[in-house]
Amino acid sequence: MKIDVGGLTEAEQDALAEIANIGVSRAAASLRQMIGEQVLLSVPAVNIVSRLAASRLVEKSGTSKLIAVRQSFDGPFAGRALLIFPAAHSLELVRSIVGDEHTMEDVIDLEHEALAETGNIILNACLATIANVLHETMRVSLPTVIRGDGEELFDIQGGIKADSLVLFLYIDFTIKKRNIHGFIALLMDLPAIVALRGIVRNFIDSIGQQTETDAS
Amino acid sequence: MPHKILIVDDSKLARMVMASALRRIHPEFELVEATNATEALNAVSNARVDLALIDFNMPGMDGLELVARVRRTKPEMPIAIVSANIQDEIIGRARELNAAFIAKPLTDEALGAFLSGAALRLKRATQ
Repeated sequence: MKIDVGGLTEAEQDALAEIANIGVSRAAASLRQMIGEQVLLSVPAVNIVSRLAASRLVEKSGTSKLIAVRQSFDGPFAGRALLIFPAAHSLELVRSIVGDEHTMEDVIDLEHEALAETGNIILNACLATIANVLHETMRVSLPTVIRGDGEELFDIQGGIKADSLVLFLYIDFTIKKRNIHGFIALLMDLPAIVALRGIVRNFIDSIGQQTETDAS
Repeated sequence: MPHKILIVDDSKLARMVMASALRRIHPEFELVEATNATEALNAVSNARVDLALIDFNMPGMDGLELVARVRRTKPEMPIAIVSANIQDEIIGRARELNAAFIAKPLTDEALGAFLSGAALRLKRATQ
């Protein structure tokens, strides 16, 4: 996992990377179960970047016409989780979930519903797994389907400063047989990072205590 | 007499997935669908519902609040919360309300296991 998280110790960075990895792996397993085909994951990346830089990263697939399912989460730390992919892949993803036996008309009818529910399942799998690993509780909002470029997806045009820093965790996924690719992304603002750091420290301490108990 | 099962989920796709799994496992079941807690409470009051599958994250009243409301009049009705939110706290709260928890994506195995247990409870209740 590529990590460049300022201010965190190496052990904290390592723990954060591992926790994120567990969450996105569970999300990928859920997606695989829904479509019945292999989902390939990239190496997850965790960076502190500006919102603008984060928005550019999700456009790196070459298209700025994106579609995303977005859910806010809050609890001990707060942020947003997004399932993002090129808008051109939307109907193919829906078809892979509802089944090839449905007509294109059915797929178009179901597009919004299917995207919201798919995002809900995948993002909840990721967030709930992270909450469980940390022994914390997170509230997760209802899913919203949004279309636009990276800036619209990350609310930069909604008044949020483009240069404000966020903890940006993202992973690429590819459904090879369907030629669909996308991202699972988590964004947290700086106060959330401070809270997260405390929780990650507790997590490391609890592992240390467990190891001592196991050894005694 | 076949059982009547209530499916509660704000997502049409999620209701389709549950209904499709139910038709495979128990095609004789009669299905009643609700898109929110208010519709679900009406169905519990007015339709003879034997068991229920309830989503957690819904607009307005969430699934756990809905189960708590249903429990006031139906303390023994077999109910499962069906959710992708697999947080330990959510599963624990479902258990406190005497409800099962089934993770999304829904599988026939997980639903089948709940329905087998529910059928036994319903059979015992009528004996």
